[in-house]
Amino acid sequence: MIEERFDAIVVGAGPSGNAAAYTMAKAGLKVLQLERGEYPGSKNVQGAILYADALEKIIPDFREDAPLERHIIEQRLWTMDEKSYVGMHYRSEDFNEERPNRYTILRAQFDKWFSSKVREAGAILLCETTVTELIRDGAGKVTGVRTDRDGGTALADIVILGEGVNGLVGQRSGLRPELQPDSVALAVKEMHFLPREVIESRFNLKGNEGVVIEAMGTITDGMTGTGFLYTNQESVSVGIGCIVSDFAESGKTAYGLLEAFKNHPSIKPLLENSECKEYAAHLIPEGGYHSIPELYGDGWLVVGDAGQFVNAVHREGSNLAMTTGRIAGETVIALKHRGAAMSKANLAAYKRTLDETFVMKDLKKYKRIPALLHRNKQLFGLYPRLLTAAAQTWFRVDGVDKRSKENAILRSFRKGRTLSGLIGDAFKLARAWR
Amino acid sequence: MHIVVCLKQVPDSAQIRVHPVTNTIMRQGVPTIINPYDLFALEEAMRLRDLIGGEVTVLTMGPPMAEDSLRKALTFGADRAVLLTDRFFAGSDTLATSFALASALTKIGQEFGVPSIVFTGKQTIDGDTAQVGPGIAKRLGLNQLTYVARIVELDRDANKIIVERRAEGGVQVLETRLPVLITMLEGVNEIRRGSLESAYRAASAKIVTWNAAAAGITDLTKCGLKGSPTIVKKVFAPTPRAEKAHQVPTDGLAPEALADAVIAEIFSRQPSVESDLVRFSAGQ
Amino acid sequence: MTDAPKAAPATNSRAGTKKELSEHFKTYKHVWVFIECEYGVIHPVSLELLGEARKLADKRGVSLAGVILGSDANLIAAAATVCFEHGADLVYTVTDPTLAHYRNEAFTKGMTDVVNTYKPEILLLGATTLGRDLAGSVATTLLTGLTADSTALAIDDEGSLAATRPTFGGSLLCTIMTLNYRPQMATVRPRVFGMPPREPGRRGEIIAHPLNLAEDDIVTKVLQFVADRDSNQSQLAYADIVVAGGLGLRSAENFELVKALASVLGAEYGGSRPLVQKGWITADRQIGQTGKTIRPKLYIAAGISGAIQHRVGVEGADTIVAINTDPNAQIFEFAHLGIVADAIKLLPALTEAFRKRLSVNRLAS
Ligand SMILES: Cc1cc2nc3c(=O)[nH]c(=O)nc-3n(C[C@H](O)[C@H](O)[C@H](O)COP(=O)(O)OP(=O)(O)OC[C@H]3O[C@@H](n4cnc5c(N)ncnc54)[C@H](O)[C@@H]3O)c2cc1C
Ligand SMILES: Cc1cc2nc3c(=O)[nH]c(=O)nc-3n(C[C@H](O)[C@H](O)[C@H](O)COP(=O)(O)OP(=O)(O)OC[C@H]3O[C@@H](n4cnc5c(N)ncnc54)[C@H](O)[C@@H]3O)c2cc1C
Ligand SMILES: Nc1ncnc2c1ncn2[C@@H]1O[C@H](COP(=O)(O)O)[C@@H](O)[C@H]1O
Repeated sequence: MIEERFDAIVVGAGPSGNAAAYTMAKAGLKVLQLERGEYPGSKNVQGAILYADALEKIIPDFREDAPLERHIIEQRLWTMDEKSYVGMHYRSEDFNEERPNRYTILRAQFDKWFSSKVREAGAILLCETTVTELIRDGAGKVTGVRTDRDGGTALADIVILGEGVNGLVGQRSGLRPELQPDSVALAVKEMHFLPREVIESRFNLKGNEGVVIEAMGTITDGMTGTGFLYTNQESVSVGIGCIVSDFAESGKTAYGLLEAFKNHPSIKPLLENSECKEYAAHLIPEGGYHSIPELYGDGWLVVGDAGQFVNAVHREGSNLAMTTGRIAGETVIALKHRGAAMSKANLAAYKRTLDETFVMKDLKKYKRIPALLHRNKQLFGLYPRLLTAAAQTWFRVDGVDKRSKENAILRSFRKGRTLSGLIGDAFKLARAWR
Repeated sequence: MHIVVCLKQVPDSAQIRVHPVTNTIMRQGVPTIINPYDLFALEEAMRLRDLIGGEVTVLTMGPPMAEDSLRKALTFGADRAVLLTDRFFAGSDTLATSFALASALTKIGQEFGVPSIVFTGKQTIDGDTAQVGPGIAKRLGLNQLTYVARIVELDRDANKIIVERRAEGGVQVLETRLPVLITMLEGVNEIRRGSLESAYRAASAKIVTWNAAAAGITDLTKCGLKGSPTIVKKVFAPTPRAEKAHQVPTDGLAPEALADAVIAEIFSRQPSVESDLVRFSAGQ
Repeated sequence: MTDAPKAAPATNSRAGTKKELSEHFKTYKHVWVFIECEYGVIHPVSLELLGEARKLADKRGVSLAGVILGSDANLIAAAATVCFEHGADLVYTVTDPTLAHYRNEAFTKGMTDVVNTYKPEILLLGATTLGRDLAGSVATTLLTGLTADSTALAIDDEGSLAATRPTFGGSLLCTIMTLNYRPQMATVRPRVFGMPPREPGRRGEIIAHPLNLAEDDIVTKVLQFVADRDSNQSQLAYADIVVAGGLGLRSAENFELVKALASVLGAEYGGSRPLVQKGWITADRQIGQTGKTIRPKLYIAAGISGAIQHRVGVEGADTIVAINTDPNAQIFEFAHLGIVADAIKLLPALTEAFRKRLSVNRLAS
């Protein structure tokens, strides 16, 4: 057992745990952070988007030394069938601003950097240390954690769980239910190395500019999910993910989907001659608002993916993780300064503050989306096909007059799905978005 | 008893890639680890300490970030860590490395007690020379025991040590006097995890950090590039073999038929194998 | 020397260093090979080195010498004859009772004395446990450069030795030179070079040198030597046929299939590193960068992916046959014959088919 008693113990050194630990350590609290990986980021899927705003609120000058890959100046949204895609691209010189809004990062490096800041702020980080359970006193209040190391207990006024999507500590301790296969996605991802110049010419970039492609359609073979491709400095991250229960039902493998995605005629040329360096798989909580578990109790708080804080539609996760981590930290600091107990009643302030931020507001706004996407598979097969076929009909110049083309397109939509079905889908989507 | 273990932080060579176009090493994101062979030395040192008492100091020469490896060693249970770091050491070959480490070991002796045993690993996975250990032994006049598989006996009163050494074609049982330098063979023990307490101590421990001057080195011409007689002339990727394997068609063949096809291919490529085999089987 | 198509600039900023050999070192001449000769048996690597060193000496127009240290004058004389027949012009011998067993102190003194007296420009040793133990001490005593584990040797017109060796876990090669110190030392792994042809009757000159060391001056004593032939160690490095398995075999039980095939072929068996870590095979049977380098006529690899660290240990084989379920496995990049098949099924069939053929042949012969 560690003799010293801590103000707070943070489980996990991902974005959420780091945000919480940094915030508290910076304010002078005595923080112990425990991470099961060999080093922060070692267990994290490489290649991701960093949203500057959430990090700026924690480390305002992070741009000075954080390992950032490229800032994103162009977003491509693709609807794909087997041979084609219909795309919406948005590119703007505005994104070449002084303090860019979004960056691609490599998680392993980024997490390491973030963690070094946490330690500079004064927190003590122990890696290769897995928290196995929470310690409670007679009244059920959490007073510390047990780890898998010899003599492995440590005590604190509060334990913050930032253990990620499949965090077993919280589940085992009965703080939250087990993950449901229909509210979590399995994503697989590869890094493909390419020389800088090749990336820049292939994606029409200069300097540190970057592109993001997000794709949906037949690439997920009728399952609920999306594919993506990000440009890093000297590599491209490419991946695809679908809801776990869909994989179970269809018997398809994530790896198989990724292979097919990479071989899609629109993706393949982008990866040509690259060297694949690593393959990784990870879960993403996508249940949204309805699957958010209890977030606080006597002596504990939950932050990040462990609290299901992911906005699947906008692919936002790390920013929610950092924001919830920061607010959890601030809540603890405020109670500490008041000399107040880390009781359930006092910690309710955490949830109240969150309710007023984009985190809860966005998740609430999209609360119907996950179920809708899950139940309406036409979005991942039929519609993309109709759309690309329509585009082809429209763009092919073959002597058919435009009015007939319009009619043919309309007919194809109606044949594919009844008019009421079409209208219903549009309505459902609009309502879910509201 | 004071024991010093020399360990090196190395890039995890399993994760190193050569850039397909520029033919250079891609260090980006390649994690560093403690040279795996050195962990056998560290565990052996700690085992001896636990048995007869004393202290284990770990020593590394490397860039400031090599501190990570030292902290890790403290987590495992070492008692003290010394980091030897200076830009003058950059580009050291094994001769210059053994000079710097030998100097630091002398200084360690003055500050924390003269070590009875200095351990190194069998070899590193980046330099991969197995030369630094013998180099240190020579410079400090320590009795040299390389490729040690087992420490059979340690008699402190008589200052005597008996070890089993992996030699060419057999195992030597050697007896010599302390102080010694031991390079430890791999696979002889398993590094312990370290308790939560030692992990905690390691996280906040003060690492003794010396530059060349602090380590008592006055002759900088013996360090780094200047002190290295070997010169790396060029670094290049191996030439890929032009031809890939000739594939034996397998379609629908049962293992027996496939086996016959494979044997036919082997014999047609390498007729001498067939005659050798015939001779071998005839001799049976 | 292997020449790469594109040589990247060396990381070491002194790649362009000019040669400025001091007058003293200019007197160093001739190419030497340390002849490892424990208990009267010459280690094959020493003869392999004589073969390669002969080429260097001829290119330089200097002579080639072997150095033998030991205690038994008769054995040393016999070994010297073998050296002459494998290309040596001279053999330096140091004969002394203290050299009966290999011990660092005595051998280092013997070696450095001979070097300081007769001044070779190049000194090569086998990268065996003995060779590496000795080379490190000798180079440090002489304060000269030493390149470990070379896989190719070349010499330029000025007599500078260019030793090429794998680095960064075998992913890259580098060429190392010791321009301004003498002798230029390198160790070379067994089986990197082939055995030179023997020329029976070839003779040379023997030069004896004293050791001047009393047993009492040597601190380290050899209490016992347990030879491997008494403990069933593998002879992998020198086997003509090697059958090896990898993780693709999935279990220690399935590894028995490898042993069965090896036994029918009279071959040695080995494996990739993970098998050692899993305890399926002993460390002396590991093939690759951190295990044995092999150079058999026939190498059969079953369920081995062909990682670079494995590859560097087997590339010298005449014929590499790879069995792997994955058509894209790296091993097919350097194998000669590839079979995309389940090794667990194919190995027993191969064993049986070989057995049948060989018994037919046996009846016929
Ligand atoms: C393929 C993929 C792509 C994504 N892309 C993006 C993107 O582009 N942008 C974005 O904002 N988000 C993205 N996300 C989501 C984002 O990665 C997560 O929301 C974010 O990492 C959550 O942070 P966290 O700190 O809560 O959890 P994690 O990052 O999962 O960190 C949890 C940490 O806790 C440790 N841990 C777990 N259990 C224990 C234990 N018992 N004891 C000790 N330590 C423990 C883990 O090792 C881990 O380091 C993506 C996710 C995936 C899978
Ligand atoms: C510093 C360092 C040194 C190393 N030194 C060595 C070394 O000396 N020697 C060494 O070998 N490795 C060494 N390695 C490890 C090396 O990098 C590889 O990890 C190792 O060689 C892989 O072993 P493998 O091919 O058996 O296993 P894997 O890489 O797991 O490959 C298994 C292969 O079996 C195939 N397979 C699966 N099932 C079947 C089946 N039923 N039939 C046929 N094929 C099947 C698979 O397709 C796969 O290709 C070293 C690594 C490091 C970092
Ligand atoms: N820079 C270094 N710092 C500390 N120890 C080292 C260093 N380089 C080599 N060693 C030790 O020397 C051994 C042999 O290294 P090498 O000669 O590079 O194969 C290693 O296993 C280490 O124990």
